Amino acid sequence: MNSVNDRSRDIGPFVPAPDDDMLICRCEEITKGEIRQAVHDGMWTITEIRRYLRAGMGLCQGQTCSRLVKGIVARELGVSPAEIEPATSRVPMRPIQMRVFANEAKED
Amino acid sequence: MADRIAEHPILGVQEKGKIVKFVFDGMQIEGYEGEPIAAALKAADVMVHRYTQKEHKPRGIFCAIGRCTDCVMIVDGVPNVRTCITPLKEGMVVKTQFGVSEKPFDEQ
Amino acid sequence: MKRYDLIIVGAGPSGLSAAIEAAKRGLEVVVFDENEKPGGQLFKQIHKFFGSKEHRAKTRGFVIGKQLLDEAAAAGVLVVLNATVIGLYQDKEVVVKIKESIRHYKADAVVIATGAAENMVTFKGWTLPGVIGAGAAQTLMNLHGVLPGKKVLMLGSGNVGLVVSFQLLQCGCEVVALVDAAPRVGGYGVHAAKVARTGVPFYLSHTIVEAEGDEWVTGVTIAQVDDKFNFIEGTEKHFDVDTICLAVGLSPMSQLLKMAGAKMEDNPKKGGQVPVCDEYGRTSIPGVFVAGDVSGIEEASSAMIEGRMAGVVAAEYLGFIDTESMDTELKEMEKALDGLRQGMFAPKNRGKAIDKTEEGIDISVNLLKRGFVADDEIEKYPGVTHKKGVHPVIECTQNIPCNPCQDACPKKCISIGSNITSLPIVVKDSECINCGMCVASCSGQAIFLVDEDCGDGTATVTLPYEFLPLPKEGEKGIALGRDGNEVCKAEVVSVKSAKAFDKTNLLTMRVPKEYAMKARFFKVSK
Repeated sequence: MNSVNDRSRDIGPFVPAPDDDMLICRCEEITKGEIRQAVHDGMWTITEIRRYLRAGMGLCQGQTCSRLVKGIVARELGVSPAEIEPATSRVPMRPIQMRVFANEAKED
Repeated sequence: MADRIAEHPILGVQEKGKIVKFVFDGMQIEGYEGEPIAAALKAADVMVHRYTQKEHKPRGIFCAIGRCTDCVMIVDGVPNVRTCITPLKEGMVVKTQFGVSEKPFDEQ
Repeated sequence: MKRYDLIIVGAGPSGLSAAIEAAKRGLEVVVFDENEKPGGQLFKQIHKFFGSKEHRAKTRGFVIGKQLLDEAAAAGVLVVLNATVIGLYQDKEVVVKIKESIRHYKADAVVIATGAAENMVTFKGWTLPGVIGAGAAQTLMNLHGVLPGKKVLMLGSGNVGLVVSFQLLQCGCEVVALVDAAPRVGGYGVHAAKVARTGVPFYLSHTIVEAEGDEWVTGVTIAQVDDKFNFIEGTEKHFDVDTICLAVGLSPMSQLLKMAGAKMEDNPKKGGQVPVCDEYGRTSIPGVFVAGDVSGIEEASSAMIEGRMAGVVAAEYLGFIDTESMDTELKEMEKALDGLRQGMFAPKNRGKAIDKTEEGIDISVNLLKRGFVADDEIEKYPGVTHKKGVHPVIECTQNIPCNPCQDACPKKCISIGSNITSLPIVVKDSECINCGMCVASCSGQAIFLVDEDCGDGTATVTLPYEFLPLPKEGEKGIALGRDGNEVCKAEVVSVKSAKAFDKTNLLTMRVPKEYAMKARFFKVSK
């Protein structure tokens, strides 16, 4: 297991900050404070943050905020953003209507 | 269409094609056929495309290339349409999006 | 399921270049692009590119875009637009959303050339309408002919921030300030200088405190930051603006590669999450190649060469060419790529503070802090010389890979030599014929033709001018200095707009002779 995810490590208490109300995920309207709190709730990977808060799970699928979220989580854990495991990449990459997604074209 | 660039020092006079009429929140506006809806709205000084679901905050054009999904509106009855990459057509009905509805929040 | 020899994702500079090279070697190639128009960001680039001839230097980005599309069509490449690749699966199955349906394709080789996405920064009010990415500004003004705003503040002094600021000025917007939290201008000095001399103030070590407005942006407050990027109280400045433009870097758009299972790394020098690949774009998955910004943030010129390399490597992978001829071709391309990766802005120098040029001259401190070379610094550089009569003054003060000026002069007055990043020098005893080709050919707009003493107490200065309306002969106005401040009155002597100048007009103004080496821009008096 990589040391970043060593959950026995003490990351200290959650300390409120003046910019905790800063909106980070524009789609799901998740703030910096919520993300920081989530780390202290035990969400140490981007995938966990996504499932826990829905940050990066909205229409844009984290196009804008994933880098910002990564930076916040890294800082909270006291590691470099490069050490944070990125979120899973999944189909369909872009917002797409379910009726289109399910509409397999015939062979041409 | 005051915010159009009539002549550009490098690009010259851009061929924009046919002028079409469309409706934005009940107002009739003109734009060029095939240009993104967002471009036509911007040229008509429309800044707010939607209000967010949770905080009811205004949003408009942000990335202009279909990534951020901030410019989504209700187009011909369909919500969450990325106006920055959806071509304008004659007679389109474009509405400000409140959350995911065309109804203002106090009517939802 | 339709099968292609090569499927390319992204019809930008690298994807198209890969397609052209592969198709030329006999591969059946299709390029999918999610956008309505091909060319990636090239059609938003209206400045002349740097580099040398082999890199299509001094050609404007959108013209290069057209050239690539023509070459691709001639080579038989199929470019499918409005086609979003939504998945890349095992055995190179590519799933594409085209119109209202999902299609599956099979490839023997794949080139991922998806480019990059813009980074963003947060500040109070950053979600307000009117706060836009620099790319959005380019898209609106250069693709759609719509003004992004009337009064704009630009955040970011990298090449994107500088180039887009200039583009905003070109379409008639007012740029009230160029702001960067970093202590030094990040982009090319010549890009900064051409913005600064029009009167745009630079605020380095500053960043945005707040975007103001209830429904949309009506103003912005910036403040100075210390070396830990904390605001320094009492340094706040307010500007009335309707638009705030963010140009704070790019991240590779590499999600498809991660999805496909390619080995990834997080490399801050390359801009973030990138596939692990060799110098020709071979990823950890055999037959899956990458080119351009998706494999590390650089610029369009190197992306084109990387694309060509990926096209050649894919051709060899599928047996369309043998290894020996691939190696020969790659060697040539490598040389061209290496040329672009030299100088003080080279990827290897990213993050380093370079204080001296390769020639051992101090880099202008003012250029790095305020966007212009100060009058007392400019004389240090080898392109700045004095003689009787009209002569070129080359205000090129940093080692960047660019050399069109030395080929531009029919009289061989300007020399860079074989090292493409060397500062240009004025060749001793050469004879300037005042043709203006050097002024028009300099991608950095850093060359002026100066007659320091016309004999009647005046001097003339010829400068590159890419704005509308074009001033007329005899028009009176104000000469601005390199810092954008008014230095003296000026009168337009001539405005030349030859086809060979490619939209860079040559404006010659007359100024009192004591201002010959100070006056560098012409402003129409209101």
